[in-house]
Amino acid sequence: MAINEAMTQTLTMIEPQTIKKGKSLWTDAFQRLRKDKVAMVSFVVIVFYLALAFLCALNIAFPNYALVDNTIAYQAPSADHWMGTDIFGRDVLARAAHGTVTSLIIGFFGAALSILVGTLLGSLAGYFGGKVDDCVVWFYTTVDTIPYILLVVAFSFVAGHGLKTLCLAIGLTSWVSHCRVIRSEFMKQRGREYVQGAQALGAGHLRRVFFHILPNTFHLALINFSLLFVSAVKSEVILSYLGLGVEAGTPSWGMMISDAKLELARGVWWGLTAATAFMFFMVLAVTLFNDALRDALDPKLRGK
Amino acid sequence: MLKYALRRLVYMIPILFGITLVTFLLFNVAGGNPAIVAAGRYATPEQIAMIKAQLGLDKPLFMQYLDFLRQIFTLDFGYSWFTKQKISTLFMDGVGPSLSITVPAFLISLAITIPLGLLLAFFRKSTLDRTILVIALAGISISSVVYVIAGQYVFSYKLGLFPISGWETGWDTRWEFAVLPIIILVVLTVGTDLLFYRTVFLEEIHQDYVRTARSKGLSNRTILWKHVLSNSLVPIITLVILEIPTLLTGTLLIESFFGIPGLGGLIYQSIENSDFPVIKAVTVMTAILYMVFQLLSDLLYAWVDPKIRLG
Repeated sequence: MAINEAMTQTLTMIEPQTIKKGKSLWTDAFQRLRKDKVAMVSFVVIVFYLALAFLCALNIAFPNYALVDNTIAYQAPSADHWMGTDIFGRDVLARAAHGTVTSLIIGFFGAALSILVGTLLGSLAGYFGGKVDDCVVWFYTTVDTIPYILLVVAFSFVAGHGLKTLCLAIGLTSWVSHCRVIRSEFMKQRGREYVQGAQALGAGHLRRVFFHILPNTFHLALINFSLLFVSAVKSEVILSYLGLGVEAGTPSWGMMISDAKLELARGVWWGLTAATAFMFFMVLAVTLFNDALRDALDPKLRGK
Repeated sequence: MLKYALRRLVYMIPILFGITLVTFLLFNVAGGNPAIVAAGRYATPEQIAMIKAQLGLDKPLFMQYLDFLRQIFTLDFGYSWFTKQKISTLFMDGVGPSLSITVPAFLISLAITIPLGLLLAFFRKSTLDRTILVIALAGISISSVVYVIAGQYVFSYKLGLFPISGWETGWDTRWEFAVLPIIILVVLTVGTDLLFYRTVFLEEIHQDYVRTARSKGLSNRTILWKHVLSNSLVPIITLVILEIPTLLTGTLLIESFFGIPGLGGLIYQSIENSDFPVIKAVTVMTAILYMVFQLLSDLLYAWVDPKIRLG
């Protein structure tokens, strides 16, 4: 009784206006990101790329990217063509700008597919455990053991070349890391009180997995998405070098870079430079933003 | 320990089954008619049928799968469609050139990244740490293909320091061709490795034993090199062991670009020529290698760290 009275006393001593509502993970992360200068600059760069891709896709910016003029092939940068022209006399700057669209498509769909497959398999394995878990672990160990690049190559042989295949091949081969993370997160979460609470209120398995536990893993999906985005954009370049890139004629940074294999020896440096510079700023911005995002979302990392 | 090792060995069987199944499904079932690829574009139907019989592709799928398994267990993968050489010979010939590029590059990279990682973890958040981190991140943001192409252009074409490409079988003359590929490979790996080691050392440097060592009055040098480094050895050795398969299989990009007759160059050549038997063999062998070294690193981990329960 005495303890109870003491508690009531202390509770009444706290003024109502001093009790602050706790900030949610997302509000807190957002406020942290806004204070982070590097993150804000990266964000502006990412928005710039999105806008550029949007304008290019609508053919408002650089509509001359496919204009062939053989009389001005391989011209060095000039006032007419700021980054010179390529083998068909097309404007290199316009090609590089339109390459943003291709890269964003590959990065976005490749990463989204990975996250989707990884989340689905990881959540099922982590939640149900037992036989389901054994099967999923077997499957991802198998996929993970086969070298990534050979798996993508094999997939491209099966599905033919092109933009769609690139997205599919990258997406279906790079989900393992996210699957692992989600699986262990679900194993941690499935016994927590809020899940038991949901069960007590009559929520079925699917409801608990998708409406209760899954939203608590969204921050992991966001972080892994940008990591996978960067690796998909980089994979496109290597696959183009291997001759498994996008269709001929589609502007892409990978194709521009691998064309430089033969161009550089002839002193044509502008195609390589333009594609590399475009890719460099985008990849760096996404990487830096992701680092800041991870710090903002993970309280354990703070102060390191 | 022995029980754990045996259990892990048994666990490898379903994975091996998975690897062979995925490879087989991709190349023999979904990959179209390999006989057409093998016979070339202008083959007559009779020629295709003959090659199909030769390659055993007229048998039922299940029998083809058994053939594939037999190839793996006997390490006899038949002949390349492109060079018509025995695949096992191609492998044996490729390992040497690959290793003479990857091993020096790997050792140089370790010699740079471990001391630098320690230093950065110690001076974390300082200007030095920030500057090097930004350089590393910027370096990683450039595609590896660019380093290879631009490296050759600048150092071989423009400065004439190294031969443009090629290879020598003799060890004394080989180095002339190997130096530039090794340098480029170091540049390609140094950024990611540095970030990894920095994180490993950061984990350790926040531990209590570091504070205790400091309060005992030990010098920073002793703390870093004796205490932090030896406690970080487990993740480092694990990473090193996991790197060994990639050292053996070489680097696809660099070897193909500089005309080095290693395994990476072989893989590139077989992709270029749709040489299915070689790609299939490389895929399965690399996967098995990776699996074996994964097991080794897990066993080592369990052996070094008594906290990991074995059951």
